[in-house]
Amino acid sequence: MPELDEVFRREAGRCTATLIRILGDIDLAEDAVAEAFAIAAEQWPAHGVPPNPGGWITTTARNRAIDRLRREATRTDRYLAANRLQSDDMEPEPNPELDDLDAFVDVVPDDQLRLMFLCCHPALAADTQVAMTLRLLGGMETPEIARVFLVPEATVAQRIVRAKRKLRDNCAPYRVPRAAELPDRLHAVLAAIYLIYTEGHTATAGPSLTRLDLSSEAIRLGRVLVELMPDEPEAVGLLALMLLTEARRSARTAADGSLVRLADQDRRRWDRSLIDEGHALVRACLRRNRPGPFQLQAAIAAVHADAQTAASTDWSQIVALYDQLYALSPNGVVALNRAIAIGELHGADAGLAALAELDAAALETYQPYHAARADLLARAGRGPAAVAAYSRAIDLSTNPTERAFLERRRHIVAVTTDRRD
Amino acid sequence: MPQYLVSVWHDDDYADIDLASPDMQRIGAQVGALNDELQQAGAWVFGAGLAPTSSATVVRAEGGEVSMTDGPYAESKEQMGGFWVIEAPDFDAALDWAGKAAAACERPVEVRPADA
Repeated sequence: MPELDEVFRREAGRCTATLIRILGDIDLAEDAVAEAFAIAAEQWPAHGVPPNPGGWITTTARNRAIDRLRREATRTDRYLAANRLQSDDMEPEPNPELDDLDAFVDVVPDDQLRLMFLCCHPALAADTQVAMTLRLLGGMETPEIARVFLVPEATVAQRIVRAKRKLRDNCAPYRVPRAAELPDRLHAVLAAIYLIYTEGHTATAGPSLTRLDLSSEAIRLGRVLVELMPDEPEAVGLLALMLLTEARRSARTAADGSLVRLADQDRRRWDRSLIDEGHALVRACLRRNRPGPFQLQAAIAAVHADAQTAASTDWSQIVALYDQLYALSPNGVVALNRAIAIGELHGADAGLAALAELDAAALETYQPYHAARADLLARAGRGPAAVAAYSRAIDLSTNPTERAFLERRRHIVAVTTDRRD
Repeated sequence: MPQYLVSVWHDDDYADIDLASPDMQRIGAQVGALNDELQQAGAWVFGAGLAPTSSATVVRAEGGEVSMTDGPYAESKEQMGGFWVIEAPDFDAALDWAGKAAAACERPVEVRPADA
């Protein structure tokens, strides 16, 4: 039943989030939601999809969970919990014909937000935060998560089991963090969503379709976050950044699947509606005058999107934005991108001079550093050095498409250097 | 209310630490202030500094026999130098206290839920 899959994608996270609040337990909530979808799979083909599928699932899941708590009420506190839950004006059996199921089960929009903050709790490692987010908010199964991150299923399963136990044993609160802790906590949520996005965007190994799913899931989560926290400019900035990057997806690869650089992309293939939406979001968040790393990255992506041709890119604007970004997050990756932009604005020698200021040792194993350096060296006419830098980048590349691109570049530089010599 | 063990960690044996040094004096004052704050907030359950593991004894009771060996249970470079047991409404509140504890001790602390 295709409707059911669609409802699952859309509603699983929301229902799980609400059930965790009601039941106070992640595992019970997951089981209850799974059971509700199983019942839907039985009943909907015969009786049709109810008018409010999400509300139906949540109500059914809640009732199943209460039934189960009663059945397994060996301990007094569980029994009390079941009674407490039942005490609101609730019918014992779900009634799909009820008009307003949402009011019936008391769905709080905040629930998904609470779950995002729980999944991205700073006491969990970053890869665990991502796995928890995909599992609980994205409704993804463990094997699916394992497949997209190319890690063994047992590893993902263990990460999730441990995280749930840790959160439970430590009595992690199920709430949106207080204002004082919000900036740090929100940053963890944004970083996890962006990690999911980039994992889907950087077509590393694995079936490309699954990767696309990951990007759209990250964008969906970003939309949920913006809807729930419209006053957080960084959340808006993240969504804008993802949309503006996503707009270039189809132009990023040629017909044969090979990688196309930003400068060489056919800009007519960029998705105008995503760009327009991203632009509007960038303008909206920058107006708040509380710039942050995601807003600035989105603004940079917006400047690229503005240029009809690569040659007409406003590089001075991009360098200025990278200056601001570096002031906020002074890390090697930002400095590298700033150097690349300087290379575009003032020429390859200026770019190489900016690169020379970076901590080369820290970037030694960072593939984009060597690729960027190779490109600048080639443009500065230093062929042999460029070939060596390309070779280093190729050694470090884990992505077949990217490696093929770098090998092609190295070949071109090597051939033209030979001719010149 | 949930309780948590907040333990303070040293990277090496701290047997010859000089308690009279300015560093230790400062840390001692900071920890004293934190203890007051914990008690005023009702979060204090217990807290203590520990003698180094060189003074530890492992005691075993097997088959009705009690035996003992000299030294710590786990031979490791890292040592727990002290701890608090605190009471906090939830994990995040416990982590707030842990942050203050790490700052007061000028060392990393470990937080573990304790089920009394």
